[in-house]
Amino acid sequence: QQIQEDLNKQLLDNLVNFLSQSHSGFQEKTTEWTCRMKFREIPTAALVLGVNVTDHDLTFRGLSDVLQDNVTPYVALLEAKDCPGIKNLMQKLMGQLMSCDVDVDSLEDEDYVPVSQNRIRCSMPSLVSWYENVTKKTESETPNKKRNSSSRHWQSPPVVVIFKDMESFTTKVLQDFIVISSQHIHELPLVLIFGIATSPMIIHRLLPHSVSSLLCIELFQSLSCKEHLSTIIDKLLLTSQFPFKLGGKVVQVLINIFLYHDFSVQNFIKGFQLCIMEHFYSQPLSILCSQLVDVKKRVCSLSHNQCENIRRLPSFRRYVEKQESRKQIELLTDDSFLKEETEKLLEDLHVYHENYVSILRCLHVFTSSLPKYPLGKQIRELHCACLENRVWETEEYESSLQLARMLNKTDLVTMVQQCVEILMSSSGKEFDKTVEKLKKFLTQFQNLEAEASQEQDVSVSSQKELQKKTDLYHLQKTLLELKESRRSKKLTKFEMLRFEVVDYMDSLVRKYLVPADSRTLHEIVYFNAATVLRGHLNAAPRTALHMALNTPHWYLKNQALRCDGGGICNKAPDICIVYKLHLECGRLINLVDWLEAFSTVVTAAEEGNADAASSDQVDDIIHARFIRAVSELELLGFIKPSKQKTDHVARLTWGGC
Amino acid sequence: MPHLEHPAYPAADLLRLESLVPCRESQVSTLLSIFGERQHFSFPSIFIYGHTSSGKTYVMQTLLTTLQLPHVFVNCVEYFTSRLLLEEILIQLQSCSSGKEQTSPVHCDTLNDFVRLFKQAVASREDQDQTLYIVLDRAEQLREMEANILPAFLRLQELTDRNVTVVLLSEIVWELFRPNVGCFEPFTMYFPDYSIGHLQKILSQNHPPQYSADFYAAYINIVLGVFYMVCRDLKELRHLAALNFAKYCEPVVRGEANERDTRKLWKNIEPHLKKAMQTVYLREISSSQWERLQHNGGEPGQLKGLSAHTHVELPYYSKFLLIAAYLASYNPVRTDKRFFLKHHGKIKKTNFMKKHEKTSNHLLGPKPFPLDRLLAILYSIVDSRVAPTANIFSQITSLVTLQLLSMVGQSDQLDGPRYKCTVSLDFIRAIAR
Repeated sequence: QQIQEDLNKQLLDNLVNFLSQSHSGFQEKTTEWTCRMKFREIPTAALVLGVNVTDHDLTFRGLSDVLQDNVTPYVALLEAKDCPGIKNLMQKLMGQLMSCDVDVDSLEDEDYVPVSQNRIRCSMPSLVSWYENVTKKTESETPNKKRNSSSRHWQSPPVVVIFKDMESFTTKVLQDFIVISSQHIHELPLVLIFGIATSPMIIHRLLPHSVSSLLCIELFQSLSCKEHLSTIIDKLLLTSQFPFKLGGKVVQVLINIFLYHDFSVQNFIKGFQLCIMEHFYSQPLSILCSQLVDVKKRVCSLSHNQCENIRRLPSFRRYVEKQESRKQIELLTDDSFLKEETEKLLEDLHVYHENYVSILRCLHVFTSSLPKYPLGKQIRELHCACLENRVWETEEYESSLQLARMLNKTDLVTMVQQCVEILMSSSGKEFDKTVEKLKKFLTQFQNLEAEASQEQDVSVSSQKELQKKTDLYHLQKTLLELKESRRSKKLTKFEMLRFEVVDYMDSLVRKYLVPADSRTLHEIVYFNAATVLRGHLNAAPRTALHMALNTPHWYLKNQALRCDGGGICNKAPDICIVYKLHLECGRLINLVDWLEAFSTVVTAAEEGNADAASSDQVDDIIHARFIRAVSELELLGFIKPSKQKTDHVARLTWGGC
Repeated sequence: MPHLEHPAYPAADLLRLESLVPCRESQVSTLLSIFGERQHFSFPSIFIYGHTSSGKTYVMQTLLTTLQLPHVFVNCVEYFTSRLLLEEILIQLQSCSSGKEQTSPVHCDTLNDFVRLFKQAVASREDQDQTLYIVLDRAEQLREMEANILPAFLRLQELTDRNVTVVLLSEIVWELFRPNVGCFEPFTMYFPDYSIGHLQKILSQNHPPQYSADFYAAYINIVLGVFYMVCRDLKELRHLAALNFAKYCEPVVRGEANERDTRKLWKNIEPHLKKAMQTVYLREISSSQWERLQHNGGEPGQLKGLSAHTHVELPYYSKFLLIAAYLASYNPVRTDKRFFLKHHGKIKKTNFMKKHEKTSNHLLGPKPFPLDRLLAILYSIVDSRVAPTANIFSQITSLVTLQLLSMVGQSDQLDGPRYKCTVSLDFIRAIAR
């Protein structure tokens, strides 16, 4: 599975690129304003990152790397969970700073012996003296040795302290730290960076005015996670470079998880990776899902079994049925012919993807500016719609076409121009003609403009005529006439051209945006098991527990345990019986009643006719079984002993949903 | 105005001291009379309190340095444990006695050690008969250290049997310090707030060299006129004055007005200062941003303050969870049935009814609610069916870490955790939109 590793690497590369882009601007500013410090203010950056906390880790790592490379070697990342008190915070800070200093210095001098961790007095003065030491050393060394690592840093590099999750820090720790460091700001150029997940108001809520007045806060807003997602989707799904594709339903599931649950791009990518893994694991033909160059080699090396697998694919069967009989036989019997054919089909598929993406973008240009967004505002929605079924058969498409027919000219022209650009940039060869056609439209529009000015003259003259008429009857008549003429006139050149453009777009859509399921061999490239994915990503612990306890045969694969209707099967494990009985009870459960019900159910299985004697006296073994089952339920968190009544237990769930 | 007089110190030093600490002459003279001569045993402990930035630290520091009294100055916030504090005192003591860096670091874990080491340190000094002053700034932190620290410092003179005086500086009154077990009562002393006249005098003192003192004093007058209503903090005022001075000077630099033309200058600066009051004072925008803004002469509208970004983007279900949590903590339990159970379709009506009850409940603050109730309300307010997946549960915890919800009771309690909603009605309104 090398391909998968490749893909993962590419994913991460994409992400890192993206992050560095978003941070380059930020980092420039940092360098600019750290140099001027007024009074006792600590320069502070408040980085608003949005609620997707899981992504922050990567962001901060990228940020600290960038800072370390370009600004200063002294960067410390602090997390709230490491710093319950000011002491721990200082320890952590010193540890990180000193060790990162060792990294830099170990190249030049070996005699630098780091002081053992527990002997350091973790206080600000020791930090200050350490800092003076370090900077002095670098200054003295600079003339002697050529230092390429530190030449990028300035003479007295600032110490950057990053608070990863501002919200979780306790107020007191932060306050104390800020007060302390503000006392030493002249000796120790300190820069704070707060990572904020919610809103910057939190600073005011956490810090009193006396403390926040020590800070010189500047706000930076990172990109919203939705935009982040769109770029990821753009780069991953809407390119022809990645051979692996997601089916419509799968994309829907992933996006829903993203939008409904956590705005976490990290999780989205994890989901995507999971899809890749599932696909390669479950689909034997997935070896063919690779770059086009490799495909030829792999097709040649297909074994007989794999050829059989290809023949079994439903889409391939459909394809075979369409062929003439002689070819059918050849396809079904001759392996080498089949291989050739597969190769050709795969190439077709690749070309289809290229075309698909560019036409999709064109259509998006058209639909995204329509009022009310019948086909969705984002390109991902459009993508889903196109993958699901034939997009031109949906109502939304119909309405959007109608709306497109009512666009005004300037919009239309810009859209067509955008389309031309998109098509030009795409690599597909078939688009030469379309581009030409669209360009022709453009020139026609320009011609129209010239004509339009003439038309205006006409309308002006008719207006003048209208002013002359004073007679009411005549006025009415001319107005009606004017209306009529206008209606007919509207259908003149511009209208006609507009219709033509829209129709042409329509034809393009019909030609290229065919849903992928209808293509032959789409199973190789597309991953469609949405339910599997949902099961993996959207775990439902309560439902699973309920299922296990209510219908044990589902998990135990034992048909004997199946019971019909609402009855309680007595062959089921004890805990299932106890669980079912407890479902029938209220908030407080009487243990004696419960035991009795349990014993009735169990004994009903063992002896058909229950004795009068045994029903009175509950068997010791049954008693023990019951107690074990109840304690198991308690362990699972369904019940707990209640203090209100001694022989009762309290239910913790309301019916296991 | 009483002139500082003391037989023990040379008059020149006293004069310099007087010029350095304006408006604090009476306090200084009291302190001096308490201190007495260098060799005299003084009061064992002095407690000085006053509002923030009333010059306590500054007065003490200048007093001790100008008169060259042996002293140790320690900030209690900075040395947050007793061990750090004691060691720092000893280190300072050693360095000021020997005059050069001490090679051996001191280790001092308990107060007993401290007393022993302290005696040694004092004994090694040349001027051991002079009173040594230990100043503990922000002494309120001492209360949170070990119980024996504060009483021990108060009677350090007695414990060490040396000529030492401990000065505690704090913003709160002595009554809040007094430990239960009783202790030596220090001599308490109050530093009153500066009046507007004092502020004027102090602020005008450090005028920039290229402008005359009168000019700067006029400027300070204007600044005080605008800001005195909201802010009496000397530090803050000085900061604001320095920030806006460049703007004030602008007409003079351009030559449109001379330094005497106060009226014109006032017209020029006044709206500017008002704007500054709304933004910089509240730290809505940072001072460096403010400077840049002045430099460009641009509109402040383009620069949004911190509180402008109040909108929080939340995932779909998180929004509903938060709304449900809000409803759960502000509506009484008995109304749940009425609101969420009976009418499924009439959401409009229930919403209307809710508002009436809320106003009264708002005054009481949020109430804790169990997890099950939160989920039940969530199911009833979300239109579509929601599966109770792990994602939903993890969202609740992530809301807790974002401090939008807070957990009530012990966190290790697995069964039936209870939460509280901590966001305001405005926030919920913004989300519910």
